[in-house]
Amino acid sequence: MVEVFALGLLRGTTLVLVLATFLMLGSIASQGARVISWEFLTTEPVEGMTHGGIFPAVFGTLCITLLMILMALPLGVCAAIYMVEYAGGSKMARIIRASVNNLAGVPSIVFGLFGVGFFVLFLGRSLDRVRGTGLLFGQPAMLWAAATLAVLVLPVIIVNTAEALNAVPRSHREASFALGATRWQTVRRVVLPQARSGILTGSILSISRGAGETAPILFTGCAYFLPRLPLVSLRVPFTGLSIPMINPLDQFMELSYHIFIMATQSTDAAITRPIQYGTTLVLVGLTFLLNLGAILLRIRYRQSIESA
Amino acid sequence: MGEQFVELILKLNGFVAIAAIGLIFVFLFKEGVQAFRTIPASHFIQTTEMDFDNTPQTVRMWQPVGTNPKYSLLPLFCGSMLVALPATLLATLFGVASGIYLAEVAGKRTREVVKPAIELVAGIPSVVIGFFCLAVLASLVQTAFQTTFRLNAVVGAIGVAFVIIPVIATMTDDALRAVPTHLREGAHALGANRWETIVRVVLPAGASGVTASILLGMGRALGETMIALMATGNAAQITANPFASVRTMTATIAAELGAVPQGGEQYRALFLVGSLLFSLTFLINLFAEIAVARMRKRLAL
Amino acid sequence: MKGTAIRLGALTLLLGITPPGSWVLAGDTITVKGSDTMVILGQRWAEEYMKQHADVTIQVTGGGSGTGIAALINGTTQLANSSRPIKEEERAAAKKNGIEVVEFKTALDGLAVVVNSANPVNELTMAQVGKIYSGYINDWKQVGGTGKRILRYSRESNSGTYVFFKEHVLLNRDFAADCQTMPGTSAVAEAVAKDPNGIGYGGVAYFSGNPQLKVLKIRKEAKTEAVSPTDKDGRPNYEAVWSGSYPIARYLYVYSAGQPREAVKTYLDWILGPEGQAIVEKIDYIPVKSTGAGTSR
Repeated sequence: MVEVFALGLLRGTTLVLVLATFLMLGSIASQGARVISWEFLTTEPVEGMTHGGIFPAVFGTLCITLLMILMALPLGVCAAIYMVEYAGGSKMARIIRASVNNLAGVPSIVFGLFGVGFFVLFLGRSLDRVRGTGLLFGQPAMLWAAATLAVLVLPVIIVNTAEALNAVPRSHREASFALGATRWQTVRRVVLPQARSGILTGSILSISRGAGETAPILFTGCAYFLPRLPLVSLRVPFTGLSIPMINPLDQFMELSYHIFIMATQSTDAAITRPIQYGTTLVLVGLTFLLNLGAILLRIRYRQSIESA
Repeated sequence: MGEQFVELILKLNGFVAIAAIGLIFVFLFKEGVQAFRTIPASHFIQTTEMDFDNTPQTVRMWQPVGTNPKYSLLPLFCGSMLVALPATLLATLFGVASGIYLAEVAGKRTREVVKPAIELVAGIPSVVIGFFCLAVLASLVQTAFQTTFRLNAVVGAIGVAFVIIPVIATMTDDALRAVPTHLREGAHALGANRWETIVRVVLPAGASGVTASILLGMGRALGETMIALMATGNAAQITANPFASVRTMTATIAAELGAVPQGGEQYRALFLVGSLLFSLTFLINLFAEIAVARMRKRLAL
Repeated sequence: MKGTAIRLGALTLLLGITPPGSWVLAGDTITVKGSDTMVILGQRWAEEYMKQHADVTIQVTGGGSGTGIAALINGTTQLANSSRPIKEEERAAAKKNGIEVVEFKTALDGLAVVVNSANPVNELTMAQVGKIYSGYINDWKQVGGTGKRILRYSRESNSGTYVFFKEHVLLNRDFAADCQTMPGTSAVAEAVAKDPNGIGYGGVAYFSGNPQLKVLKIRKEAKTEAVSPTDKDGRPNYEAVWSGSYPIARYLYVYSAGQPREAVKTYLDWILGPEGQAIVEKIDYIPVKSTGAGTSR
């Protein structure tokens, strides 16, 4: 009797949780779907951001996550390779692992403080002093916001890569060594190819995490309103051609920050509520798809490892 | 030839996590400690001020802008606790229950659907949950509990619980699944039913893991920023009423840092709040790690 | 794998090391930072101006007057919007960084005190408003309303509105601890609209036109006439603000780092000219009276 009741309670609690989630996402989806259109995604906000679309925010989000992953991925993957393949079970590996765990637990707003204190004021201002170009690097910019996010997602990449590396059977490495391959050759030719999907999972998860974070970029580069895209034309030497590219020293608009300011600081929060729901739906949709992809990928490679 | 070079490069990268945590520590405390240069330490607790009729009055307030700035950390700490504790409580109930359900009750099919679903919840950006709390949940809570303040600690706590339930649920699930099957079989053989096995055998064996998950959840709750900023009403008051508006440490930093001149008194005070927050979560995470290590040891025996 | 790594690395280097000389910006860029009160205004100005001058980009960021002035001091913005005058120490701090701050009065703003439209209270004295916000009056009954606890909505301490209110209405007393601080005036408007016992303050522009809000008349002294910052149609009451009979009004400033030159100068001239001032009126602020009659405090 007790058993039936207790197990029912466990089941019920889980059900309530799942239902609550669906209700929340459902209400966001139904309200947001009314405003989302191709035009909403591809036009700029107008009339004091009470009308128009969210294109600069979408574009800014894409830019910053791209820049972030460019910085975090090489660092994180190399760190994980060192930790798993070189440091092994040594004290060094334990210290690295402890640092990674701690880094994962640091509150996101503390990353924001760190971004201002270290990247903008220390690194940026020092660069300016060395170059003597006046104030260029020492101010909030996409570069610093992306760097701050990169530190934030580092644990995600390291943990996922390490898990994937650990999953590669020991025997494969031993076989490679027996054939006379060096450690790096083994890592490059044997281990990494098998760990590829794990690394990919980590990257996708960290992109989704980075796209959704607001607190670390509040002071490191977000703009309330920036009518032009953070682009710059780069002159190709000798050809006279110029190609547009992301300007990492520019500020940018971003989806999650856009939701925050629209919900709390826009001209008229009640009138812009549809825009808020629309922006929220875009952000949720983006992170949802990324996460779903990562989860499916992980299920697949875990299965393939188990079956191997 | 390149072998040693490659190893060196990898090794340098290996230190990146250590370097990151070290730099965060240094750059946070470097600024935070300087707050003590201009603000007497006791002012972070309370200040004394003359009232209208010239009677001295003890003030415990966070009001950094004004002719006589006040930097008491008590209201902020109180606010953080009033959000984090109910959130952890709520998330423990739901998270541990779902964790047990996933590990011990659910069939393989259900599990394969529910677990990824919970992981997906973990991926919802906190600003989205904050927005939902602000726009929808706050009114629901106000109607249901007839609260004076529309935005209050409980609204924030429910939102924060949403963020940490997946953490607790997945970690509880992992911890319980790490409990060896033969323990369960033994219990069944002795005539225990499923519920008795869970309560008497599996939970005690996985207790450290479950504790660790709750601690980690609490660390996340203390550090959650956007939900606290958007849904708690932001009134820096000392109160024990969970339905009152409060201001957390995280929300204070987020709301005020962008607006203060670098190197000023308030700037440093905010870094001090950050240092305090960092230390608190660091300690909580440390305890969680000790709990995990203990569990590994016990299960290995 | 290695190839990818090299390509990624090269791209990172490219982004990080390209000499800034080769980053050709399209036309002039003006950065404006500061007051949330003025974000709507600053944005409309920017939007209109850019429509007419395609070669200029204006980047507007909010965050509060303190934010803007701090950015000016730190040299991270060219113009700062501020809803309060710059403080002497801020001017000095900027000077220390080699920046001479120049002030422009660009508009006037009447600060309205609002309650929910269901609240029977229609007017308050300055002293009553001050006492409500500093926590000495806690019940609507004390000011002629029904016996309900007063719920105070205020702004973040980084906003010029907050500082102005603290100095001129609270007379430098502290805000009551249970004041809920909102990140923007629109959040104040929304909260009071939903809260029958709430009271809020902020630029008139944010409250006019919301049927759930009631803008209170304010008496300067207990015996002077109660004056509303809005006229019958909810438009700002220019005369009351210009003459100073409505006591809670302030200038909205734009500060520039150094004497404005070139693109910045043209922009500022445009703001102070008829086109810029027309936008001021369009979004319910009060234009600067060019005869200089309009100081209210």
